[in-house]
Amino acid sequence: MTHTVTLTSEGLCIVDGVTMPQEHRGQELLTHLYRAHVGDYPKFFKMDALCKVGFVASELLLAAEHHGAVDQRPGYGGSQRGVLLFSRSGCLAVDTAYQATIQDPDNYYPSPALFVYTLPNILTGEIAIRNRYYGETNCILLPQPDPEAIDALVRATLESGDTSSLLTGWIECPNPDNYNAELTIIEAPLQPFNLKTFLPQAAN
Amino acid sequence: MERPTTVILAHNILSPLGATSQANYESVAAGRSGLRLHEHPWHLPEPAMLSLIDRHAVAGDGSPCFFEQIALLSASQALSQAGIDAASPRTLFILSSTKGEISTFRPLHASAASIASHFGNSNLPLCVSNACTSGVSALIVAKRLLECGAYDHAVVTGADVQSPFIVSGFQSFKALSTEPCRPFDRDRAGLNLGEAAATIILTAKKPAPGEWTLAGGAINNDANHISGPSRTGEGALRALQHALGDFDTAQLAFVNAHGTATPYNDEMEAIAIHRAGLDAVPVGSLKPHFGHTMGAAGILETIVSILAVDNHTILPTLGYANCGVSHNLNILQHKETTDKRAFVKMLSGFGGCNAAILCRKEDA
Repeated sequence: MTHTVTLTSEGLCIVDGVTMPQEHRGQELLTHLYRAHVGDYPKFFKMDALCKVGFVASELLLAAEHHGAVDQRPGYGGSQRGVLLFSRSGCLAVDTAYQATIQDPDNYYPSPALFVYTLPNILTGEIAIRNRYYGETNCILLPQPDPEAIDALVRATLESGDTSSLLTGWIECPNPDNYNAELTIIEAPLQPFNLKTFLPQAAN
Repeated sequence: MERPTTVILAHNILSPLGATSQANYESVAAGRSGLRLHEHPWHLPEPAMLSLIDRHAVAGDGSPCFFEQIALLSASQALSQAGIDAASPRTLFILSSTKGEISTFRPLHASAASIASHFGNSNLPLCVSNACTSGVSALIVAKRLLECGAYDHAVVTGADVQSPFIVSGFQSFKALSTEPCRPFDRDRAGLNLGEAAATIILTAKKPAPGEWTLAGGAINNDANHISGPSRTGEGALRALQHALGDFDTAQLAFVNAHGTATPYNDEMEAIAIHRAGLDAVPVGSLKPHFGHTMGAAGILETIVSILAVDNHTILPTLGYANCGVSHNLNILQHKETTDKRAFVKMLSGFGGCNAAILCRKEDA
């Protein structure tokens, strides 16, 4: 089967089509899901909002794919699995937070801990580090989650030969209290899976 | 049917060293650099050695920001040589950038759309934002889409401009040198930041004699640290190995490294190059001429490398004197000649990503 995760700041959490009811919202939801379903990766608390969303969503996805230890997960320690993520706002949330540290000349304290997250592909690196993926990681920014464009890029990546499975999907986190992630795993040869029905409708 | 290969139709570089690829190559071959010391760039408290494009020298074209202006100028100049229909639904525009016009928080997807629509192209434009590997990552994405027949032509433009946001961030990381950077040298003290836009226009077909092809390319993660280069060069090694495939490395004119001149990057690359068995191949970095041009770097440095091979030249690494990495790489202090017709371009970046492409010139 094709594994999927949907996670939103409004408390929507759907794993493989099964809704997991949530009491929490926003950042509290991420912390709650981390404690309930991950728990062993304190680096989580150093991550920016975008990475927290993507990390938690990827953990739910990968746990659905394989129940058991992280180092027993498919693709662990190899270069066959890639991470290809799509977004509109990328790292806007942490860009805004970093800018605040340099905005006022009288209170100028540029933060390296924030600056390091001001690239949208850092999330792909966080997922690769957690799962010891030496495969391809890339981040592509699009004006909306266009299923045809994403399908073409996923297909082209899997047909190129180096990558046999992709952790992929759409992730948005324009500010820490407003996020949605839709992640899936697509294997080569491509299975019949309709990205169109999975990806969120075009964001406004 | 034989699978087509990705062929380079045209290219352009816009940097402080010139507004065409040829002008940039001649500046580099003459040993010139765009780097200048700025005491308080944008009123920042610390000085920075930067390679900046003169704002006044770039003609305004009504685009809302300097970043898009230079990207448009570069794409226009390359398109004027390519003989393709930029507005065709079979042509895809790909932008490569790390921060775009971050000084106004203009989103990169908006810049990508603005550039494509300037040329009347209505395909959904892509922006590859894969840290410092963006340029080579974008070329690899274009290569795949062309070779599977999704598009006939791709216009790949890489650009980044400097700003207080980026300069202060790298300063907070203690990654910048206030001297001109010295890649792979014992006395290297960090990188310099630079501005540029560069464009490569690609198609997929059977290459004609003398044409340049993107023969191989790969992106691999270190799976090690989001900002620290791997101590084993694992991702860069795998990218090199995948990009080279079964290519005979004795036919490589040189390896154009990322070579930022930070202590860790250059050491990591040296380990990867050594592990890939490329110790004997000349290795160089162009950063002392342009600084680190971020999203433009992979495209700009690929073009300069193409022109070097076209001119039978292996360029030296400006400022290099003494080996400062743990493997004795073949780094040149003076130009050498070559009759070889291929090179590898490497990049590495935050997020643990590494990318490499193999470029070959078809036999005449």
